[in-house]
Amino acid sequence: MKKWTNKGDKPTRHGFGEGVLEAAKINSSVVGLGVDITGSVSMNFFADAFPERFYSMGVAEQNAVGVASGLALSGKTPVFSTYGVFSALRDADQVRISICYNNVHVVVGGAHAGISVGPDGATHQALEDIAVMRTLPHMKVISPCDAYQAKEATIYAINELDGPVYVRFGREKVPNFMDENYPFEFGKAQVLTEGSDITFFSTGHMTWEALQASEILKNENIGARVVNIHTIKPIDKAAIIKAASETRAVLTVEEHQINGGFGSAVAEVLAENQPTWLKRIGMPDTFGESGQPRELMEKYGLVGANIAQKAREILSRLK
Amino acid sequence: MVTFSKIEQLKSVATEIRVNTLKSLAEAGSGHTGGSLGLADIFTALYFYVLNHDPKNPKWEDRDRLVLSIGHVAPVFYATLAEAGYFDKSELMTLRKLGSRLQGHPGREHGLPGIELSAGSLGQGLSVAVGMALAAKADKKQHRIFCVNGDGELQEGSVWEAIMSAGHYQLDNLISIVDRNRVQIDGPTSEVMGLEPLKEKFESFGWEVMECEGNNMEHILRTFALATKTLAKPTVILAETTMGKGVAEIEGDYRWHGKPPKKDQLESFINQVKNAAS
Ligand SMILES: [Mg+2]
Repeated sequence: MKKWTNKGDKPTRHGFGEGVLEAAKINSSVVGLGVDITGSVSMNFFADAFPERFYSMGVAEQNAVGVASGLALSGKTPVFSTYGVFSALRDADQVRISICYNNVHVVVGGAHAGISVGPDGATHQALEDIAVMRTLPHMKVISPCDAYQAKEATIYAINELDGPVYVRFGREKVPNFMDENYPFEFGKAQVLTEGSDITFFSTGHMTWEALQASEILKNENIGARVVNIHTIKPIDKAAIIKAASETRAVLTVEEHQINGGFGSAVAEVLAENQPTWLKRIGMPDTFGESGQPRELMEKYGLVGANIAQKAREILSRLK
Repeated sequence: MVTFSKIEQLKSVATEIRVNTLKSLAEAGSGHTGGSLGLADIFTALYFYVLNHDPKNPKWEDRDRLVLSIGHVAPVFYATLAEAGYFDKSELMTLRKLGSRLQGHPGREHGLPGIELSAGSLGQGLSVAVGMALAAKADKKQHRIFCVNGDGELQEGSVWEAIMSAGHYQLDNLISIVDRNRVQIDGPTSEVMGLEPLKEKFESFGWEVMECEGNNMEHILRTFALATKTLAKPTVILAETTMGKGVAEIEGDYRWHGKPPKKDQLESFINQVKNAAS
């Protein structure tokens, strides 16, 4: 089995920004909307290259969503990106009605996903966005695992998909480990390591941590299968059922509230199709706080060692 | 110059639209009568005089766009679209019923031709209209974007974000019509949440402001003619309308915002509309 290595740290937001730029180079209908944090969400790559196709909307996220809808209804392909706390929560009603109910092709970026945002603290750490976005009809939800995948997924979301799409990404530099042998296929889960004891279903930055956990457990003769789920909606039911049926237990790992998010989506699939021992790792119904990203990840049990420990616990109970 | 006979013809169209609005509401058994009747003259002017549109080709690329932000006045919108030929008038009687293309608030996915935007959650339509106006500018198109807003709706903060952005981008291809009937569900707007000085508010956001007697056809047409001449800024028409216009016994009564005529009231209401027109 492939050994996954970090090719160098890079923020997923840069992957998103590069993806928007690449998509716009080959698709002249792409337009961008910024709400004063254009550089922070890496929309500046696009804005600098195509200033005439970029609309500055000021600190007014609700209006920006409606404007994006109007641009889409007029044949443009708008990319609207801001922090996930705004694009999914402040704008929930606008996204629901002006984008989803109208089923227009708008790519909504959700930046600063998860606790790894760090020192900015709870107000800026998007921890409920998956839960909101995945319940909206027509909305598709993508959560890439590294900068490489973020770029691929963003290009695909803009130029290949139709209707509303939410692309989630983070702030911090994280390991970049994907490559051309594992291309982004929308709606398809990716098995990154094989194992028959336990499955880690992971999304976003947590996939790297799940890989670290599987390495730790390998030394203890525990086989952990890591399945990266970059498309949370529509979710790859077949892959989830298959992995769950071939291992003894399941852990879901996300940088998000455990309620209503990615782990809940996996649990829904398994409860209805393949009842399985399952634990969810994520934020336990609590707000985040300030701190260094790594400190916070450790405090809330989101690093590889924590995941490995949870796996030992659940497996020991099954003995 | 609009001729006398054209104005008379438009008035009779407005009467027909009011009658069909009332019929569909009575049949539906729920829906918004007050604002629908108040806007019948504006909608008539838009679809029978102002808008550059083609009911037989609703997706025509160069059409003027009418964005209905206050989706709850769907009954008069539908009656107008049917009168203009977008679909058969008999379909008006399916309003709000299961399986109907005439949803309680307009929904594009149900397939009714002529709907530019699914809307009904207040405070969103003007933003979409701004996006359409920006796209038209980017593509060097000559068509205009019209947006129908309510006065109570202006209490939504997001509308002022949209107003700010339209001023910023100097969107002279955008015209908002505010249904200034001075009432909303809970009562007079001045009591629920005061809006004045409204003219000055819009002006300070970079808009051209026109005031208009919103139930006076001649005045409506004259105002639209002026509004389409504004350069380098968006225009708002503050249309002073009367809620329930045409049915004497409910005119100006905010309690008629959100209820339909009962079936046994329908004949009397229609007669009042016809008498008001003659
Ligand atoms: Mg009103």
